[in-house]
Amino acid sequence: MPGFDFSNHNRNAALHAQGVPLPKATSTGTTIVGCLYDGGVVIAADTRATSGPIVADKNCEKLHYISPQIWCAGAGTAADTEFTTALISSNLELHALSTGRAPRVVTCMTLLKQHLFRYQGHIGAYLVVAGVDPTGAHLFTVHAHGSTDKLPYVTMGSGSLAAMSVFETSWKRSLSRDDAVKLCADAIQAGIFNDLGSGSNVDVAKTTLMRNYITPNVREKKQRNYRFERGTTAVLAEKVIKREEISKYVTVHELGEEGVAGAAEKMDVDP
Amino acid sequence: MAAIFTGAPPNSGPGYSFTQTPAPTSASEPRQHAFYPYTDNGGSTLGISSSTFTILAGDTRSTSGYNINTRYAPKLFHIDSADPSSRLVLSVVGFAADGEALAERLDTVVKMYRYQHGKTISVGAAAQRLSHVLYGKRFFPYYVHAILGGLDEEGKGALYSYDPVGSYEREQCRAAGAAASLIMPFLDNQVNYKNQYMAGSGVGHELQQRDPRPLERKEVEELVRDAFTSAVERHIEVGDGLQMMVITKEGVEEVYRELKKD
Amino acid sequence: MSSPFSINGGACVAMTGKDCVAIACDLRLGLQALTISNNFPKIFSYSPSVYLGLTGLATDVSTVADLFRYKVNMYRLREERQIAPRTFANLVSSSLYERRFGPYFVSPVVAGIDDGGKPFICGFDSIGCIDFAKDFIVSGTASDQLLGLGPEDLFETISQALLNAVDRDALSGWGAHVYIIEKDKVTKRLLKGRQD
Repeated sequence: MPGFDFSNHNRNAALHAQGVPLPKATSTGTTIVGCLYDGGVVIAADTRATSGPIVADKNCEKLHYISPQIWCAGAGTAADTEFTTALISSNLELHALSTGRAPRVVTCMTLLKQHLFRYQGHIGAYLVVAGVDPTGAHLFTVHAHGSTDKLPYVTMGSGSLAAMSVFETSWKRSLSRDDAVKLCADAIQAGIFNDLGSGSNVDVAKTTLMRNYITPNVREKKQRNYRFERGTTAVLAEKVIKREEISKYVTVHELGEEGVAGAAEKMDVDP
Repeated sequence: MAAIFTGAPPNSGPGYSFTQTPAPTSASEPRQHAFYPYTDNGGSTLGISSSTFTILAGDTRSTSGYNINTRYAPKLFHIDSADPSSRLVLSVVGFAADGEALAERLDTVVKMYRYQHGKTISVGAAAQRLSHVLYGKRFFPYYVHAILGGLDEEGKGALYSYDPVGSYEREQCRAAGAAASLIMPFLDNQVNYKNQYMAGSGVGHELQQRDPRPLERKEVEELVRDAFTSAVERHIEVGDGLQMMVITKEGVEEVYRELKKD
Repeated sequence: MSSPFSINGGACVAMTGKDCVAIACDLRLGLQALTISNNFPKIFSYSPSVYLGLTGLATDVSTVADLFRYKVNMYRLREERQIAPRTFANLVSSSLYERRFGPYFVSPVVAGIDDGGKPFICGFDSIGCIDFAKDFIVSGTASDQLLGLGPEDLFETISQALLNAVDRDALSGWGAHVYIIEKDKVTKRLLKGRQD
């Protein structure tokens, strides 16, 4: 990664010093869980993203692809989980290409923790890493400061206690794959219904993603029809821009007809 | 010239956006411990009045932080329900303990009125009395947004909304609580037909505004339900159940419907 | 109140329809309660069918709008083609995340129609987390209010949603622009809104 750009930092720090609060990032006040079973591992997540008390996204994807056999569930600052997993996924692919071996889950976990430790917790990513590699099935948690755990069943996020209560009552040492999927889905549902930060649907990943595995919160049909009669809104001015005229406002060039030089001359300016 | 280089913007004069001064947050300073007696229990309420009835509604979830205290905590209170001719309903949202205390206070006040005067209090008088009850605690307020519904002397629907310290106003519709900002524009648009014009009645500035009309009971019940199902989708503190009270000249009818529980 | 997002005010919303998308914004520019201008559009075009709505701190709105004009111009010179909505969304996302520790105080919304004629809308937080939505996206100081209405007959719906929302937000309003984007036609309308 080329790295972060801090050129706005001084300005924003100066504003912050004058009492301006920091911006609210979309956070995944989340429930994410993972569970090992005989011969594999399952992870699951809810699908609600919040910004304060408002639901920003009702069906977001918190299970991130790392490599064909490794998936990662993310809680915390949504942008951080998204970009951190994408970065490590990319690095792991390059690593796999250069070694000619399937990537290992420990390698992924190590890359993640080293990245997060370097940023001293400022990258707010809380992750559950799970996957299968030539050494077996593995399950880890990685915290934003860089600490990791290796456990047979794990939960993270604001709904972690609700989810853990399900694991602590129902988890046993030998589980079948279907039992493990059901257990994880139940743990997520405990989070969905008892934690306000979590909600909507259940996503599950074994080695393939089962998007919206359970959808217990389908939007209710409206009682009334809210279609407005055409002409209800008062319009003061209208301008229709057809495709032929669009180049007046934005340069449009059918390729191959004109030279590139023409395009450069007609480069965009304010209308 | 020096003022330009001090780094901090001048506090007076136009043009500056940031008026707050840097907050001293040094660890060595003496720290004051405080007891904060209020909690926000989330939830939302709304009321709509029409020509012959008033409907009040509220969700039944009670929250603190990310936790659900209970899925059934009523926010609507039938005032002086012992009196068969009582047509008063109070809805409270905000700090639930203050809300219940306020409902109890008003219930007593309305009962005392009946005992002393031998007749049921009018909604206008009850509304003014509630304002005084709230203002009586001006410097330690009931931390609630109250809405009082009933029928006036002409039998028309009456609806009064309050701020926590007793400022009140009679309105056609009002939403309060956590999802008030989501619901209120919807009510403006669908009850008072705000921003709606009659199609084909003119061009540009000549367009005629669509006039509001008294709504039917069925329409209002549907609007209320739609307002809440939308609020549940987008606000985490609203959900579990919808309690509705319909005030007509026949009496006060309570309706309960399920809402999503996530 | 002095959050950088609520100094200048503003609202933006995007919705999808059948083979079309709509994006709308208000026109107010303010300094807290004082209105500075009633002609400050917050929607910018980056190709015939890619539109970006920006709300937040006005200085950053202008800066970011120009930054993306530069980036999209460079993209067009390099690739000799127009940028697609999804590509542009990823450009916005990575450009904002680059400034993770010194963000622009903006909440962008992207609306457009991709090469296959399929509608595309998405929103972002100020550090680049994308919110892909099928139905609608909102941003700005009136974003709470905007979430109240549901999607149907596109222009009327988006206009009514925006106008009624900004009327309940002191920091937004003073007229509105609505763009209805179809495969080979864009209709831009100026709405009549309250001037108070």
